[in-house]
Amino acid sequence: MDLYREVILDHYKHPRNFGHLSGANVTSEEINVSCGDRIVIEIAVHGSGKTPRVIADIRFSGEGCAINQASASMLTEKVKGMDVGAVMKLTLDDVQSLLGTTLTPSRVKCAVLPLEAIQKAIVSLK
Amino acid sequence: MFDAQSIQKDFPQLRRNIHGKRIVYLDSTATSLKPTAVIRKEDDYYKRYTANVFRGIYTTSEEATAEYERARALTAAFIHAGSPEEIVFTRNTSESINLVAYSLLTHDLSPGDHIVTTIMEHHSNFVPWQQLGAERNIAVDIWGITPQGTLNFADLEKLVTRKTKLLAVTAASNVLGTINPVSKIVRAVKQLNPKCFVLVDAAQAVPHMPVDVAEWGADFVAFSSHKMLGPTGIGVLWGTQDVLDTLHPFLFGGEMISEVHVDRTVFKSAPHKFEAGTPHIAGVIGFGAAVEYLSALGMQHVRDHEEKLVSYAMKQFDRMGGVTYLGPNDARIRGGVFALQVKGAHPHDIAQLLNEDNVFVRAGNHCAMPLHESLGVPSTARASFYVYTTEKDIDALIVSLQKVKNMFG
Ligand SMILES: Cc1ncc(COP(=O)(O)O)c(C=O)c1O
Repeated sequence: MDLYREVILDHYKHPRNFGHLSGANVTSEEINVSCGDRIVIEIAVHGSGKTPRVIADIRFSGEGCAINQASASMLTEKVKGMDVGAVMKLTLDDVQSLLGTTLTPSRVKCAVLPLEAIQKAIVSLK
Repeated sequence: MFDAQSIQKDFPQLRRNIHGKRIVYLDSTATSLKPTAVIRKEDDYYKRYTANVFRGIYTTSEEATAEYERARALTAAFIHAGSPEEIVFTRNTSESINLVAYSLLTHDLSPGDHIVTTIMEHHSNFVPWQQLGAERNIAVDIWGITPQGTLNFADLEKLVTRKTKLLAVTAASNVLGTINPVSKIVRAVKQLNPKCFVLVDAAQAVPHMPVDVAEWGADFVAFSSHKMLGPTGIGVLWGTQDVLDTLHPFLFGGEMISEVHVDRTVFKSAPHKFEAGTPHIAGVIGFGAAVEYLSALGMQHVRDHEEKLVSYAMKQFDRMGGVTYLGPNDARIRGGVFALQVKGAHPHDIAQLLNEDNVFVRAGNHCAMPLHESLGVPSTARASFYVYTTEKDIDALIVSLQKVKNMFG
């Protein structure tokens, strides 16, 4: 098993897009009570009406395990500049390929929590 | 002589290799492994004398009934109950506690009554009282702990009043490891209010140390078979005959009645009035074998063994550094359970990395979220010991924790 590859540990110890975003127009929070993981997502979405809505900038904060934090760090890098419709189509498979590993059932929820938070923020945009 | 290394031979699962390596099972607080004697005993009921209990006038049903009631007698003797009739079989500790909550308190509360529980309880001795309180509009007060992780005796006088209906307390914490002085607590409570019921959650006590319910002097004691080498699906509620007799049944149906007429029912006496429907017969019979196994080891020997392991583990944690545990650092008042924290590492990552070495521990809040919240710790990685745990197992834990430290420290 090779869950804790260098790249995951690197994202955990030096998370990208970590912190707060002053120009955010949407935020969300997700909590995994049983393990005490918590993630806050802040997004600046540009475009409205007929122009495509894209993720101009994004930050995350909170605390969680290495899988959770690395997933948040990698996902925020990936979705920056993406169309929100495309972000809504991302799934666990995409998260697993970012992490470069498949997860056992008990770890899946750690990895998808950031994606759920991002999608929840987008849904609340309307 | 108590020898954990040779005890391991009685547990088939410990012969299993995963990825070519032996298993180091350090999660007995959640559930224990099962010895061959228990597995065989349960199997035997299914193979040789499957029949329902109590109703059959034929050989196998009488055998099943005798074995079922023998398990009850063994359990009574194991905890020094006054008689087998004081032993009610339930599904688990949680159900035993719910039985008391429903049977006693739903029928017998007056305005202004209140209940006391503690901050170190497992959810199963916390949520039933909290919910009952909300439903019946009565207060539930929480007994707190000292920085060392022991119950704060100075507060008891303020908590227990003439209106305290029941105090619910654990005999041993599944997170802090703390062993509470039950006899002393019961004496203090009864002095403050002789009518206050005391319920003891003994899920982490009966499996690990000698328990004498007469000496404790409480009204109810609850524990689970699956944490003491027995099958899952069996719990015990002990209550004195007097108290059980006054209690209302909790579940209605077959087996628990002596007469049913169209307009009324006469219930059997305790314990049968609490055992509605066909019970988990094989489970109870298997549990009897677990009680016999532990009795043969001797519960004082079990406790001595675990106390030695606790001392050894604390010494290793201290020597290693960078790893801390919740609860007292005095082995004499500690059970074999350590909720660990490693600097810079999330408990999930600790448990996952340990799993790579087949060292099995649990990560999370261990069904004690109020406790974790009050300590400001979201979660911990918990290692726990039992009769088959050796110093070698603790050494394996330390080696794996060192890897965690190197990766995240
Ligand atoms: C102290 C304590 N009380 C109660 C329980 C609940 O036991 P059960 O799940 O068998 O109902 C546990 C189990 O983890 C426990 O450790």
